[in-house]
Amino acid sequence: MTDTTPDAAPAAPAKPQIIEGPAERTRRQRVGGVMVVFALIGLGLAIFTKSGKATFQLVSGDLQHNLLGLPAQAVGLILGVLGVAAAVAYVLPSVRRLVPQRYAGWLAAALGICFIGAFLCWAAAGKTFPLANQFQGTLNFATPLILGALAGVMCERAGVINIAIEGQFLVGAFTAAIVSSTTGSGAAALIAAAASGVVMAALLAVFSIKYLVNQVVLGVVLVVFATGITGFLFDQFLQSDADKLNTPKVLSAIKIPGLGDIPFIGPILFNQTILVYLMYIAVAVVTFVLFETRWGLRIRAVGEHPKAADTVGIKVKRIRYSAVLTAGILAGLGGAFFTVGYAGSFSKEMTAGNGFIALAALIMGRWHPIGATVAALFFGFATQLQSQLQIIQTPIPGQLLLMAPYLATIIAVAGLVGRVRAPKADGEPYVTE
Amino acid sequence: MSTETETAPAPVPAKAPQQRSGMPSWAIQGLVSLSAIVLALVVGAILIIVGDKQVQTAVGYFGAAPGDTFSAAASAVGEAYKALAVGAFGGITPISESLTQATPLICGGLAVSLAFRTGLFNIGAQGQLIAGAILAGYVGFAWHLPPVLHLIVALVAGLVGGAIWGGVVGLLKARTGAHEVIVTIMLNYVALYLLSWLLTTSTFRRPGRTDPISPIVDKNAQFPKFGDTRLHIGFLLALAAAVFVWWLLNRSTIGFELRAVGANADASRTAGMSVGKAYVIAMLVAGALAGLAGTQQVLGTDLPLTDGVAASVGFDAITVALLGRGTPLGTVLAGLLFGALNAGGLQMQLITQTPLTLTTVLQAVIVLFVAAPALVRSVFRFLPKERGAGAVLAKGWNG
Repeated sequence: MTDTTPDAAPAAPAKPQIIEGPAERTRRQRVGGVMVVFALIGLGLAIFTKSGKATFQLVSGDLQHNLLGLPAQAVGLILGVLGVAAAVAYVLPSVRRLVPQRYAGWLAAALGICFIGAFLCWAAAGKTFPLANQFQGTLNFATPLILGALAGVMCERAGVINIAIEGQFLVGAFTAAIVSSTTGSGAAALIAAAASGVVMAALLAVFSIKYLVNQVVLGVVLVVFATGITGFLFDQFLQSDADKLNTPKVLSAIKIPGLGDIPFIGPILFNQTILVYLMYIAVAVVTFVLFETRWGLRIRAVGEHPKAADTVGIKVKRIRYSAVLTAGILAGLGGAFFTVGYAGSFSKEMTAGNGFIALAALIMGRWHPIGATVAALFFGFATQLQSQLQIIQTPIPGQLLLMAPYLATIIAVAGLVGRVRAPKADGEPYVTE
Repeated sequence: MSTETETAPAPVPAKAPQQRSGMPSWAIQGLVSLSAIVLALVVGAILIIVGDKQVQTAVGYFGAAPGDTFSAAASAVGEAYKALAVGAFGGITPISESLTQATPLICGGLAVSLAFRTGLFNIGAQGQLIAGAILAGYVGFAWHLPPVLHLIVALVAGLVGGAIWGGVVGLLKARTGAHEVIVTIMLNYVALYLLSWLLTTSTFRRPGRTDPISPIVDKNAQFPKFGDTRLHIGFLLALAAAVFVWWLLNRSTIGFELRAVGANADASRTAGMSVGKAYVIAMLVAGALAGLAGTQQVLGTDLPLTDGVAASVGFDAITVALLGRGTPLGTVLAGLLFGALNAGGLQMQLITQTPLTLTTVLQAVIVLFVAAPALVRSVFRFLPKERGAGAVLAKGWNG
């Protein structure tokens, strides 16, 4: 790890919340500082909120019923004050001592929710904010990000850096579009997308594991390669023959009986395309596999200490191949979302940097499947919020709103997450001596 | 192809046996690079053949006249590559166009490779380039200064813009440990949206236009051009920048520290160097270099500020730096090669309708093969083995 301040002294084993090392103090103060700033902004927004009702629409498309009207300023002020309280509780040592270390993060989360709530009250005062659309859109934007980030987690836990998620997305999107157009089958499109993701992952695996190419280099190159090859094939074939090759059928939503009828969250979570359900399953499966199975243990072992793993008889390269290729399935499916899950046609460079956002989500989520999922949901939320706010019109220009999630990420990474620790052998090829 | 590489020496220890060949390592690297280019052209040829309409028709009656398929394929490839070569090297105008295309790539490549040498992975050349272009462009069209002075002020503004955008990354990394890969990716977007917001303001919008486009910079702030070509003195600045980076890395005390930190941050810290300071300096200079690339776009190539002012230069710069293996000379050569491919590719698209995207594939494949000398050797058996093959530029996430 590269840091300038000495990292946490060995934590006192029994009651860590009572003794605070210098590093913990710096961290608490820094995180607390960021939190206080956000809390004050939230409070400020609440003070400047127009009085009147903020109406939240709870069912998408339904403008008559299911509206939740709240007194904007009052609710905003309550949330603002709660946010300030959470920030103060976090930063004051006397209060923090009462809060067990592992629950400290909840204070930050509480502040985040209060802040967003206060912001929404401010933006929606006197207007109708489509809350259901907001969550629906969040899930849409987040689905490929989550799949991509999970692919990254699989690779990097095994010690192979995956910057090429963007490239895997592109190829997956492209293949899904062609296969869906030619066969008309959504299932075939998804299988083909997963397969093409595996092919891209195989390139990553072979060049990094066998040819020992620097993995950061390799990832970037594979993205360029995927951009070039999908662009070339698009120019040569898809554009001139769009009717036959580039008219994929968008997957239709499947309502899960029972679950889909739950008010508010039912239609949002359980009336989705098969890809979204696959994403749910993937989050659970990747988490389970990595932390509860022998294969997962081995993956983590070869990512942390390949030599030790080798010594106890684990085939380092074989495990790495298996992890990277499996990741390819996830990334390929993530790519399919762009065409058959959403847009309905392929266009050049349509993944628009989402692979890199997935990479950021993976790092923000500290190489943990759940953390990566939460980070990806945050990006999805922010992206969707921006387009909603443009529709209901706020004084902030749209471009600056678009900037917000990226600035928030920088603040989060610098202030809250700070030094992240990748798997120890991440990026190091393993060479048997 | 498999057995040989299993035993390939990876991160070779310092005293690796040199008896593998008598050739100096630069010669071997050159040979590997040349072979990589040849292989990339082969891959490109396959794509051209697959995509060519005449070949497709000829394949339709392959059984009847197999010769047609081959001759159609040969002529498709031949014509495309001929157009590529002519477009890149065939005369003063093509050559000047290649150099014009190479100019920002060299500066951007230097920005990435300088950070590499300090152990930082700078994906943010794109954002730094935009930041530089914004400031240089703003000074260029909004201020009105005497000749020469205007140019210098605009140039400095561009460097400062890039340096700020890069410096923030170094500062955040040094002070909080924020990962530079995330921060640079995020700052790319921030710069892009900042630019597109600025283009909606009256200060930046060209009078009489409603689309997001800025005025062209004043004559006084434009880079002088060579003759009737588009080539401008920005090219010489790019070469000067390469010499500066070489000097900085190899002849200055700071450069020594940068390289030391890049080689082993922990050891450098133990030796009393300030790793944080190295990060800040490296990213400041890298940002300024990328800012220079952006400045060249607005002051030299006469691009007004638009959402697309950076095109993909900032990302191509990464590939250029990788191909150049992190050295200034290598970066210049790689920049020239990619510039020629871009210029020639445009010509190829014009004449033979081979999409420009083919050159993107060529660029990726070249870098891929150069990064995997073992693979190139498995195709070209005669190539001697190189010491420290596949020299590692950047390291894993943990630096």
